[in-house]
This record gives sequence, C-alpha cells and structure tokens, in this order.
Amino acid sequence: MFPIPIQKRPLINQISYRVLIPISLLIWLIPLIGIMLTSIRGLGDIAQGNLWGVPSEFLLFSNLKDVFQNTPMLSYIMNSFKITIPTMIGAVALSCMTGFALASYRFKANLFIFFTFIAGNFVPFQILMIPVRDLTYQMGLYDTVTGLVLFHVAFQTGFCTLFMRNFIKALPNELFEAARIDGTSEFNIFLKIVLPLTRPAIAALSVLIFTFIWNDFFWATVLIQGHHAMPITAGLKSLNGQWISAYHLLSAGSIMAAIPPVIMFFLMQKHFIAGLTLGASKG
Amino acid sequence: MPSSTQISYRKSSWWKLNQQRLTPWIFLFPGLVLFLVYVIWPIFNSLYISLLQWDGLSPAIYVGFSNYIELLDDEYFYISLINNIKWLIFFMLAVPIGLGLAIFLNQTIFGIRLIKSLFFFPFVISQVVIGIIFAWFYNPRGVIGPFLETIGLGNYAILADEDFATYGIIFAGIYPQIAYCMILYLTGLNNLNTDQIEAGRMDGAKGFSLFKNIILPQLRPATFLAIVVTVIGSLRSFDMVAIMTQGGPWGSTNVLAYYMFETALSEYGYRMGYGSAIAAVLFTIMMFYILFFIYRMYQSEKKGL
Repeated sequence: MFPIPIQKRPLINQISYRVLIPISLLIWLIPLIGIMLTSIRGLGDIAQGNLWGVPSEFLLFSNLKDVFQNTPMLSYIMNSFKITIPTMIGAVALSCMTGFALASYRFKANLFIFFTFIAGNFVPFQILMIPVRDLTYQMGLYDTVTGLVLFHVAFQTGFCTLFMRNFIKALPNELFEAARIDGTSEFNIFLKIVLPLTRPAIAALSVLIFTFIWNDFFWATVLIQGHHAMPITAGLKSLNGQWISAYHLLSAGSIMAAIPPVIMFFLMQKHFIAGLTLGASKG
Repeated sequence: MPSSTQISYRKSSWWKLNQQRLTPWIFLFPGLVLFLVYVIWPIFNSLYISLLQWDGLSPAIYVGFSNYIELLDDEYFYISLINNIKWLIFFMLAVPIGLGLAIFLNQTIFGIRLIKSLFFFPFVISQVVIGIIFAWFYNPRGVIGPFLETIGLGNYAILADEDFATYGIIFAGIYPQIAYCMILYLTGLNNLNTDQIEAGRMDGAKGFSLFKNIILPQLRPATFLAIVVTVIGSLRSFDMVAIMTQGGPWGSTNVLAYYMFETALSEYGYRMGYGSAIAAVLFTIMMFYILFFIYRMYQSEKKGL
C-alpha cells in the first residue's frame, strides 16, 4: 500500500486526515457548488451579492420553469439524446467488428490499419473541419442530427477500435481455436463466443461515448446551425449570449446539461473508470 | 437440379477455404470505410485546401504556399501560437497535481469511494458548463471581483485583462484535467506491486526516497497516459476559449484551434485556404505526439508478438 494506510498512523494524523478530506472536497467543488446554489436563487439575491449565504427564496423550480418555457431547452435536451444514443450504438457496434478483425486474425495490413485508427483518433478537429463540413453539406445533411451522428460514429470508431481490439486480444486464444476445430464458422465465433465475453468492454465504451458525445461542442457548432437540431452544449452557448446577467437561469440550464452524464457516471462508475484508465496499470 | 447443388457446394467450399482470409475484411469493412471517408481523407483534403484561395462557394484558386507565407506575417497567428505554448506548459501542472491528489485520496476510510467520485466530477461535466461557471466567477459582477472589492483590493476582471486573460482560461481548463490525471494515478496506485514496496520499506526506504525509487517507476504507465491525454487536451482548447472570451480581448486569448475556426467559419470571413493552413500547423505539432505514442505502442506490440 502506498501511502501507508492512515489507520497505522498516530491518532492525531487520523483525525486530521478525516477532517481534511471533507474540507478539501468542499474547496475542490466550489465552482459546482456555486452554480447549484445560484440555480435556486432569485434575481434579488444575485443583485445583492448574496451568492454563498442562505437563499432568501427557494426558486429552483420556478427558474427551471422559466428556462423550459422561454427557451428551446427541452428541444436541446431531446436533440442531445437523439445525437448521443445512435452514436453510442453505432460506434460500439462497428468497433466490436473492427476490434475482432484486428485482434483475432493475422494479415499483412493488420498493424497498419490498427495504427491508422489510433492516429486518426488523436488528430486535431480543425484539420477535419472544412472537408467534413463540405461533405456533410454535399450529402444534404448539413444542419441535421443525422449528419452530426454520422461523423461522430466515424470518429469515435477510432478510439473504440483501439479499446475493443486490445480487449479481445487479451481473451484466451485457445477458446477460438477450440471452436474452429469443432467446425464453428468465423461469424459464429464472433457472435457466440466473442460478443458475450466483450460485454464489460461494451459497457465501458458505451458510457464513455455517451459522455464524450453529450459534451461535444465543437462539432455541434460546425455541423449544426438551427435550434431545431442543436444539442444542449451549443444551446447553452447561445443562451449564454442572451442572458447576460441572468445567472440564476444560466445556472439552471447548466445543471440540466450536466445531469445526464453525471447520472451515467454514477450508474456505471466501475465501467467508466475502467474504460478511461485502460493502460494506466500495465506497460 | 444436381447442377445447382453442385454450385452451392462449390461456393461453400470456396468459402470454407478462404473464410479465414476474408472474414477480417468483412468485419473491418463498414468501420474502416466510414473512418477513411470522415477522418483520413479529410486530413489530406485539408492539406490540399491549404494551398488554395477559397471562400467555400466560388471556384478555388491554386495559390501554392502563399497562405503559409501570409501566416509568417500574421500577428494573430503568433499570439495564438504563443498561447498554445502557454496552454501546453501550464496544462502539464495537471499531471503532478493529479498525482498529489491521488496519493492524498488513496486510503481506505469510510465513504472514500464516494469522495473519489466527487473529486472526479469536473471531468464528467461538459467543458461548456465549466467555461460558463468560470466566466461567471471571473465576471466583475460575478464572484471573484466583488470578493476582492469587499476585502479592499478593488474589483478586477481577469478576462478583460489582455495580459492575463489566457491564464484565467487555462486555470478553468486545467480543473477537469486534474481530475482526469487523478483517476489515472488512482488506478496506478491500486495496482502497485506490494512486495516491492514492502521490500523497499525493509531496506529502510521511506518518504520521498521510497516514492522516487520504488513508487514512481511503477507508476510509469499512468504517467505516460497522463502526459499523452494532457498534451492532447491542451491542444484541444477550443471549447473553453469559445465560451469564455471568443479569443478576445483583442485576440489576446486566441489559440490556433479557435483562430482557425474564426478565420474559416465566422463573420471575419470564410477564408477556407488560410484556415486550413492554420489547421495544418496545429496538425503538424500534434503529429509529433501521435508518432511518439504510436512508436511506443509499436514497441509494446513487438514485445507481445
């Protein structure tokens, strides 16, 4: 264990550690606490500078009502789901296949294709921006959810392939060999042996992709223009311009944007962290 | 009828013979095609566009390297490049701070799992939200300014200060990045080789020398990953800049990622060629890291084979 377990330390250290933990957490989360407190306040408190004290009125619901009634917030949230869920399904499905192909077969171009996926995954978005926007335009998909989803699926397939390939590669090869000797077709090996075993990887990728895509702002700005297809990140940005000092509304809106990935994270914490830290503990 | 069964028999035997060779390509096909069309081809296309003068609508004119030559004299390009370097340098602080936090939290007391998750929170939330929160904190009528006023230091708005605005944005950007590095190190600390640590402690290593000689070498994979994601994060600084300052005041907080967007797709004009030239510079910088990363992976693949 590193550092030495606190239980083996003198009592005074143990007590101060237990006191220090909540204090440091409080300091660390000041920005998030600030926005939560503000979302329940009214304009009066904000104008008077009462940001950290007890709110004089509890207005969370009226602020939320205000946000939903006077802005396209509901449509932004729905669009975010319409973009995020198909992308998640598409990228995970494609990468199960590519990952399987690259992990279980030896052929000449194998490593080259694998490294192409990895390299593409790291490029700066700006180098893709103009051609992707053009392509989307020419397919008649500019300013549509479909156009954005197609790009997201393609791009995320790079990261997902890296992940899936390494996961499947770590499965015992004897399993496939035994099935092949029994005469199982390659497709059935994929469907009946590989897919059930990759369930933890599928779960990890799904939560990661959900969070990445939900939080995407750049591509939503590049490929979407109108409110009808805009996800919540781009929507918040446009509301940010309108509500110059209506921080209580902005806070309420921000919280709406933050809730889905936070829930996803809490429900699937183990998978989420396993996915993010892939490779952090082995060479 | 016999002939048709014969054909289908032949087909299936041909398939049986070549199944091993063809299956990977069938599985690769949809993902690979999509990836080539949407990611690989656009890279080359952008490099080509950077040699054009083009507004996206009227016919493009081939101008050779003149976009790149123009970059050399562009004051805003240099400001953006220098800001990118500032991002890169200061972002690196996320790695040691993340390590420190991970060591601080790597205990087993009641509720520690929840506490670790809460520390990780900023990474889960959209950068747009983080940007909005910090912009509000920095606003003269927000949080920090009025606070300074109350304690008698006078109001101050960092995002309006040409010299320091970039640091204000970097500070906001580093916040979720620290959380990311922390989680990488927590995983690393979880998988330490206990025998080695105990042996080290037997030999009298403790405190910093134990950390430096035994712990840190074992954390190398986590450190490597933390550095890779932090470098990439720092070069993808678009969201924060777009939300907090849109490059202002007077272009002083621009970074290449945002400047490119502004040149190619905003009211400042649709200069696709010039924008692509900026993107090509950013791409070249990133390519060093990508190649380095791939080289490392290639080494470990060779060991594995």
